[in-house]
Amino acid sequence: MELWQSFVNWLDLAIPWFDGAVANMLIILIKSIALVMPLMLAVAYFTYAERKIIGYMQLRVGPNRVGPRGWLQPIADALKLMTKEIIFPSKSNIYLFLLAPVLAIAPAIAVWAVIPFDKGIYVTNLDVSLLYVLAIGSIGVYGIILAGWASNSKYPLLGALRSASLLVSYEIVIGFALVTVAMIAGSVNLNTIVEAQRGSIIHWYWIPLLPMVIIFFISALVETNRAPFDVVEGESEIVGGTHVEYSGMTFAVFFLAEYANMIFMSVLTVIMFFGGWHSPFENILYLEQLFSWVPGIIWLLIKTTFFMFLYLWIRATFPRFRYDQIMRLSWKVFLPITIVWIFVVALMTQLKLAPWF
Amino acid sequence: MIKKIKKIVKDFSLGELRGGLKITAKELVNKKVTIQFPEERTPISPRFRGLHALMLYPNGEERCIACKLCEAVCPANAITIESELRSDNTRRTTRYDIDLFKCIFCGFCEEACPVDAIVETQIFDYVFESRKGSVINKENLIEVGKKHKDSIIKAKSEDLKYII
Repeated sequence: MELWQSFVNWLDLAIPWFDGAVANMLIILIKSIALVMPLMLAVAYFTYAERKIIGYMQLRVGPNRVGPRGWLQPIADALKLMTKEIIFPSKSNIYLFLLAPVLAIAPAIAVWAVIPFDKGIYVTNLDVSLLYVLAIGSIGVYGIILAGWASNSKYPLLGALRSASLLVSYEIVIGFALVTVAMIAGSVNLNTIVEAQRGSIIHWYWIPLLPMVIIFFISALVETNRAPFDVVEGESEIVGGTHVEYSGMTFAVFFLAEYANMIFMSVLTVIMFFGGWHSPFENILYLEQLFSWVPGIIWLLIKTTFFMFLYLWIRATFPRFRYDQIMRLSWKVFLPITIVWIFVVALMTQLKLAPWF
Repeated sequence: MIKKIKKIVKDFSLGELRGGLKITAKELVNKKVTIQFPEERTPISPRFRGLHALMLYPNGEERCIACKLCEAVCPANAITIESELRSDNTRRTTRYDIDLFKCIFCGFCEEACPVDAIVETQIFDYVFESRKGSVINKENLIEVGKKHKDSIIKAKSEDLKYII
């Protein structure tokens, strides 16, 4: 941050029309680019990792033809989708049809603004960042609903309806699960939440909130429309759900949004329950000194990668849930457990249970 | 009672799910069974019936005597033969067409042939570049026979053991 300040001061002197507002704009712009570019690259290679890992789990080898060991596969995929024709259904509303992918990708990227990658590394430090995450996360589903509606076709519409009802059910569960974190940390600022988990691996919130971790992760699977809860796409039932009528770049944008959301949910899991940028070796003799040179962002990324791997692992393992089973899981299992756990956490807070409170 | 408690513990600790995940994790590091097709190939039986070929005598004379037995036996009517009498009073084909779209690769032509002229090779990965390309003529068939002579003879002699 000091480097930034000196850079801005230098600009202030160097360019006469330069003032604070322009500087802030510029800083936010640079930060956004520095965030979005690696994110898009991560998304591209996440799709490659998905195909490769799922292939390995099915005793196949996955893509291995484009470039050495298939390393260029995501680039080839992107080029293919970019050069493909975008087909508009003849009786669809073209404006809504094109607005839908934008509405899907914009929240998926905007939600990253509040994520603290390391101590002091974030695009913006919002005091209500948890609320911001929940609010922007809910907007993402409008893209899917709009896509289903604007396609003017029955399978997309069915997919959109499923998506809407899933969101309503699981947004509540996710909200309650995150409320428990806010209760322990005493803040809805993600920076404060991570800071509050300082200490060691047992100071992280996954121990007092173990049921919430599981519930949050499963709900995150539903929120991002991933297997085994991918009824929104449901190839065997409704062809491709909301993606049926989309082709070329419009489809690629939905794809991008879905995978960006997946990575985001992994990061959020780490920040909420697994100590964010904190090293797992904190306050452990020798190991702490041994790994003290590793920057926090690396720890965050390692933990995130594990949860991203979990997404793929789960997809390769479990068959798709039936629609009513997903609903039952939300309303009859997860919601009661989360509500009970809120009271348990309240009790723990009152008893000042060490070392978390 | 103990059983009941055990079941509850297993259910709430996602026992079944962990079992499934364990299996996929094991397969992740197992040896893969994929065969990289153009570079690696699966073993093929010597009786495999693939693309056809017309064989020649060692002196270069074609074996086919235009008896039209293959044309007659062909259940799909894929073979068309026209013949002529040569100056040395031998009968030879002027036209020998096989429509590979019609062909069902039953191998009857090979069985019917009295002089082992028409044979089916082990080639299965061939392409046509146009719709008309599905009909291969005498020149093509002889060319296939010349090109893959060794492998054809090897396969047929391997199969000979089983023909009574």
